[in-house]
Parts: sequence; structure tokens; C-alpha cells
Amino acid sequence: MKLGAYILKRIFLMVIVMFGVATIVFFITHVIPADPVGAILGGNAPIERVDAMRRQLGLDKPITLQFIDYIKGIVHADFGISLKSSRPVLKDIINYFPATIELAIASMIFAVLVGVVLGVFSAIYRNKSIDHFSRVFSILGVSMPVFWLGLLLLLLFYYHLDLLPGGGRNSLFIFPPRITGLLLLDSIIAGDWTAFWDGLSHIILPAFVLGYASAASIARIMRASMLDILKQDFIRTAKSKGLSKRVVIYRHALKNALIPVVTIIGLSFGSLLSGAVLTETIFSWPGLGRYIVNALLVLDYPAVTGGTLFIAFIYSLANLVVDISYAVLDPRMRV
Amino acid sequence: MQKVRGDLLNISKLKVVFYTYRGIIKALNGVELWMNQGERLGIVGETGCGKSVTALSIMGLIEQPGEIIEGDILFGDKLLTSMKENELINIRGKEISMIFQEPNAALNPVMKVGFQIAESIGKVKNKKIGKEVYAEVRRMLEIAGLDWERTINLYPHELSGGMAQRVMIAMALSSNPKLLIADEPTSALDVTIQAQILELLDELVKKFGNAVILITHNMGVAAEFCDKMAVMYAGNMVEYARTTNIFENPHHHYTRGLLKAVPKIGRTDELQSIPGIVPDLVNPPSGCRFHPRCKHVMDICRKDFPPLVEIKPGHYVACYLYWKEGIKNANS
Repeated sequence: MKLGAYILKRIFLMVIVMFGVATIVFFITHVIPADPVGAILGGNAPIERVDAMRRQLGLDKPITLQFIDYIKGIVHADFGISLKSSRPVLKDIINYFPATIELAIASMIFAVLVGVVLGVFSAIYRNKSIDHFSRVFSILGVSMPVFWLGLLLLLLFYYHLDLLPGGGRNSLFIFPPRITGLLLLDSIIAGDWTAFWDGLSHIILPAFVLGYASAASIARIMRASMLDILKQDFIRTAKSKGLSKRVVIYRHALKNALIPVVTIIGLSFGSLLSGAVLTETIFSWPGLGRYIVNALLVLDYPAVTGGTLFIAFIYSLANLVVDISYAVLDPRMRV
Repeated sequence: MQKVRGDLLNISKLKVVFYTYRGIIKALNGVELWMNQGERLGIVGETGCGKSVTALSIMGLIEQPGEIIEGDILFGDKLLTSMKENELINIRGKEISMIFQEPNAALNPVMKVGFQIAESIGKVKNKKIGKEVYAEVRRMLEIAGLDWERTINLYPHELSGGMAQRVMIAMALSSNPKLLIADEPTSALDVTIQAQILELLDELVKKFGNAVILITHNMGVAAEFCDKMAVMYAGNMVEYARTTNIFENPHHHYTRGLLKAVPKIGRTDELQSIPGIVPDLVNPPSGCRFHPRCKHVMDICRKDFPPLVEIKPGHYVACYLYWKEGIKNANS
């Protein structure tokens, strides 16, 4: 199959997935026994006001009709109006999303670097101290809840040591330029190094907390995959050619061993986006995750469904990229 | 040091063990082997008898959990067993090359075959992989009977077994090594392809004058290809002689048993198997490792391992039945 046809097919599948996500999110938010109108107007609002509000929001229609209206809106890139901010949800998302994607990318870079390096070294130096360290690191990573680790690190680095800031994306009186919405990138583009270092010091803790679990699972998969590859016949061939250990490992083994890791990286991206909901709350990170949480607290349905849908969309997109990168890494996939 | 009996390779008293959870596998139990330049030696024996371990020992590729615990491997005037890894790197692929049983698995799946050969050539000639090296790659592919234009940019999974083995041969011979070790090079291939690959090896080795160790469990292949044959059993060399002598006048009862088990067109007697099973190398039998399966077992066979002695000029056997003849020969 040609790569183009493959991508087209994947995009078609993505549409189906998105429809599924929209359906599930819509019904979950609409069947919970809570009334957004009550949340907006308060418990003591007169009944006429409540009814008027219901009509205004379309909540008086049968749920199936509401659903059809909702899907129609999505097709036209209209996620509805946020009940809380009274702005189109899409505008809010575009406003908040860059912070989330910046955090996700920073976490991803951390997770991939640490995971791959630890995994490779613990495979090469199997059962040596680095391997034991990597094992402990990984077990901690996959077993520590994000909110707990985040709070502990805040306690240590912010409260006790006062080395790193306690939350937010930047300090109070620093005004980073906004070009792409990615603070670090924008600071570099504008050449504003004060803003850059300030932003960097703010992103370290949340990126670590968010990326730790992914780094741990990448390290484990990388190690297993590397050990498996090092046993293969072609590694013996490479050695018998007289290639140095370094060339054998980094040129012959690593590229093969990375193939299964790419899958994990794609899946990790999903957990980074969903983990962002917690991490952003802990670190008061002004991203989509916190936007969804805040929306949920005031029963702002359009914002919750819109935000969730958007994250699901980015996740599917990331997995598409992963599947395409397979073809780049593994010639056997290029059929 | 043991006496030097061949001018290319001398292996003496080689012992290799593998440490496993099941216990220590005594894979090689004092292997003796030697060969001259340009000679073709066949190593035959059942699966697990130590043929491949011998080959990997020569390459210096015995790795954890395996270890050479005793013995010397002398290659020309270089003592391989005392060399460090960074010295061995200059022997591997340059003076000793190796081809393997599963040619498709022996090639890296994510690299083009042309690059894999280029890598070998670049390493041996100490050159950057560029135009010059690739010119050599094309030449080697042609020599190995492949159309270079069609194959140079293919990945291993796009090659048939026969083609992959040709690539391996091109790679192994690109440095014109003094010794080529072929570890069951045709076992994984179709019979017709086997014949082609053997023919190709035969032709190229004749042309370049490389010495070859052909490891096989196929007596027919060995008979066709080799000048000399070494028969291995459970980690020992039990008989070593010219191929014709092995076939016409086998002495060791294991060799005799092996030959009786070879099917042949026109053969009217029944095929016979050797009674008993291959010993467990974690707990090998005492003395001669073949004694539990031998009809002519004597008391001494259970106690001591018989040394490899020359019973006729150029014909060596490790068996107490011929021990006296051997001593006589040594003295006369």
C-alpha cells in the first residue's frame, strides 16, 4: 500500500474514533444528575428564569435532539458557547491549548531522553548498578501518583529549598511575548532571555512530574527490546565483521530496538495529555487540563465536551504520526 | 604451549563452559584442531556437540555467560586467546570471516544490504564509506553472483535465502580473509539452492585461496567440499583425518555410527542409528564421553578421557581401542 493511501485510510478511521469520543463524552456529561442551570443561577433562582435559561441553552429539547445539534456544531467546528465565560469554547481551547502542548512536549523530551538512555544503558550493563538504579527509578515512576509526587516536589523545591517557582507559567511581572503561544519558543523568537529562563524554571517541575511515568515505561520497554535485539543473529554478524562494540550497539542494535519503543512513545503522549489535567491543577498551569477541570466544577458542559474532544483529537493525531514514523524506522513496514 | 601442527590454525586443549541456571555446561572439553593455509576442513557432529562453539571461540565471540577456561588458539603466530577485545577487532572480519546458518536473520533488517557490505569493506580498509567503497561493494556483489543494480538497495527481508547467503558470502570474502568459517551455511536453504551456494563457495575459495572451516551435520556436504574432516562428539574432537580416510576407513565408533546413518542412493543395507542419546553436557559421562553408547567400552574408557593420537600418518583418533597403535606410531 502506498503511504498516501495509508494515511487517508487512517484519517477516515480517525473520524470514526472522534465520533465515538464525542458520543461518549456527550452522554456522560448529560446523564449525570446535576443541573448546569442551577449551577449558573444558584439554587434560589425563580422558576421562570430557570426555564428561560433552559430554553436559551437548548436544554429543554429531548437529549437525542441535543446530541444531533451538538454533532452538527462539531462538523462546523463549533463546540458551543462556554456557560462560564460566555465565549465560544473553541476560542477558549485555542487560548489554553498552547500551554498544555508546551508542557506535553517538554515532558515528552524529558521522558524520551531519560527513558531511552536509561533503557539502553541498563541493557548494556545488565544487572550492574545502573540497571538496578533504572529498575528502582521505573518502579517509582509507574507507581507514584502524579498528584502526590507533584505535591512532594513542590514542598521540597519550592517551600523548603526555594529553588524553583511554585506554579504558573511565568513570574508575576514578567510578560513574555505571545507569538505561537508556546512561551519558551516565543521567548527565543523574541530574544527575550529573561522570559525564557523564567519560563524554563517554571516548566521544570511540572514537566518532570508529568513525564516521569512515561520515562519509566519507556526505560523498561527500551531495556527489554535492547536485550532482545542484542541476542539476534545479525548482532553476531556485526561483531564478526570486526565492528567495535560502540558501532554494534549504536548503529546496529539501537535502531532496531527503538521500533517497539516508538509505540510506547505514542501511547505515552496520550497519558501526558490526560495526565495534564492533574499536573496542571497542581502547578496552576494555565492549560487545557485545568480549563477542563474548572469547567467541570461549574458544570460547564460545552467546555468539558469540547476540551475532551480536542484532546482526543490531538491524541489520535499523535498516534497517526507514530504509525507513519514506523515506516521510516522499519523498512519491513513499507509494503 | 602445545606443539604447532598446522601453519594457519592450532587449537589445543580448548575448554569452554557456559554458566546457566541449570548448572555449568561443559560445552568444549579440550578440543584439539589444526589446519594449514588454504585447506578446507569440515567439522561434523550432531547438534550441540560444540561445532559452533568452536567456531565462535576462534572468532573470540564467546560471551557471557560463556567463557574459555583453558586452552590456546593460535592463528598464524598470533595467540588469539590472550588477545584483548580491541586487538581481536582487527582480526575479525579481516583475517577471519564468518558466515552463518540463517542468512536472512544474519543481516540487519533495517539496513540496506549494500551498506552492510560497505561497512565491512570500510572497516577492513579503514576507509570512509563513500564512492570508492561502494565500487568495491558492487564488485563483490557481482563476484557473489548477484546483479548489483538490483540488490544493492534492497533490505534483507526482500531477499530470498539463497540471495541473502550470497550477500553474506560477498561480505565475508570482501576482506579476502585467510580463514573463512562457514557455520552450516546451507542448512536453512532449499536443496537446489544448497548446491548453488556450495558451488559458489567452492569457486570463490579456489579463486582467492582462503582456508575454510565448514561446519555441518551433513556428511554429504562435508564429503563434497572438504579436504579434511574433524568429527566432534559432545565437546571433543574424536577423529581427524583426510576426508577420504574418514569415509573409507573410519576408526572411532562414533564416526562409524554416523556413516551408517547416512542414506545413500543404491544403498541396500538398513540405516542404523547410534544407540543411546547425546549426553547432557551439564553432567557429562566420565572418561570418554562416548562410552555409554559404545559397544566396545573398556574399563579405562569410564575413567580417563582418551587423547587424540595419530594411528596412521595424518589420521588421528581419540579412542583407547587404538591407543596402543597410536603410541607405537609416536615412538617409531
